[in-house]
Amino acid sequence: MADPAIELRGLSRHFGERTALRDLTASVPAGATLAVLGRNGAGKSTLLRILATLLRPHAGEVQVLGQPLPGRAFAVRGQVGLLAHEPLLYRDLTGRENLTYHARLHGVEAARVEEVLDSVDMRGRAEDPVRSLSRGMVQRLAICRAVLHRPKLLLLDEPRANLDPAGRAADRADRRRHARAHEPRPPGGGGRGRSGAGAAGRPGGVSGSAR
Amino acid sequence: MRTALTILRKDLRLELRTFETLPAMVLLSLASFVIFHFALARATVDGQLAAGVLTVTLLFAALLGVNRLFVAEREQGGFDAFLLAPVDRTSLLIAKATALFLFLIVLEVIALPAFDLLLLGSSLGRSLGGLVVLLLLADLGIAVIGTLVSAIAVQTRARDLIGPIIGLPLLIPALIATARGSGPLLLGHGATFPQGKWLLVLALYDSVFALLAYAVFDYLLED
Repeated sequence: MADPAIELRGLSRHFGERTALRDLTASVPAGATLAVLGRNGAGKSTLLRILATLLRPHAGEVQVLGQPLPGRAFAVRGQVGLLAHEPLLYRDLTGRENLTYHARLHGVEAARVEEVLDSVDMRGRAEDPVRSLSRGMVQRLAICRAVLHRPKLLLLDEPRANLDPAGRAADRADRRRHARAHEPRPPGGGGRGRSGAGAAGRPGGVSGSAR
Repeated sequence: MRTALTILRKDLRLELRTFETLPAMVLLSLASFVIFHFALARATVDGQLAAGVLTVTLLFAALLGVNRLFVAEREQGGFDAFLLAPVDRTSLLIAKATALFLFLIVLEVIALPAFDLLLLGSSLGRSLGGLVVLLLLADLGIAVIGTLVSAIAVQTRARDLIGPIIGLPLLIPALIATARGSGPLLLGHGATFPQGKWLLVLALYDSVFALLAYAVFDYLLED
């Protein structure tokens, strides 16, 4: 049976005297999606950043794609895609330049950049600097960046923020397309396709069937 | 190495597009030379006095570059994007140190002729080659230390203060070697090549801090 995509046991993380996460336990099977809903400041983004290996847990155990964190974080990087609060794009580079940069960091072929730009209908604005784009367009490029390297685990923090109806439709279609069988069924059965965890302040902020 | 080149290419493209760092470094240097020219009330300066003026001016211009080295990464999420990638984290150190080194070279290409004109009375010709060798070694040390210090400072709240507080003491040996090594080169009919001991000091300093930076850089990026 495939390793769970995410396994948390007693996870805790604090920032100074403030506790962001306390004794969190959860398990997300491979191929499933976990929706994390909570009010502002509940620790949703902190959880996603720990899963993305950007933060260390202060207590408890964390396993992502079968790898314990933080010790085996290097084995997980490149298999996780993160759509964060910030788009993680350089404002003075064009959309295409940003995505090409990220493609090179992840060892992804150049053709993939055009593929993701097409999937969110951004090819026509790909040569414009990011600072000249609307927030919705920047969010679309951020989605491109998150899925560019075909991650096995996709972490989405407020994924529908700033998206216009066309952007939401493109995002839904893209995630449906990539969640289906590009990856073969693992030996012994288990989940198929990409796993995910999405965080939002309200239901509907994370689309698709989710636990 | 490929990752370091990718990051370097990105940084150079950003600088060419925004000109946020290099023009400020050049302007500071030129303004400093003009101020020294009038403040010292001498037709020309030479020897150790000239070496001191040159070293101090290049140091303050370099600190401007150091302060701006990781700003885009901090303000636009570049750190997170890099940390998500399956790459060797020291490639960021190599790329940033190389970028700073290149900025310093461009700075000196503009600043040295201005220095020669405004303060030396156009007497640099014979010793220019020796001075360039000395400055290249000094630039290497400044680039490595500057990158290390900038990576520490950018994670703190008082980054504009932390950089100089940590960086200046670490740079003192390199600055002393640069000033003492360039003094004889800036005499009217002085040496044409720096003394070996100052080159050796700079080379050893650069090597030690390059190894130190390589060893600790990974841990500076973790949270």
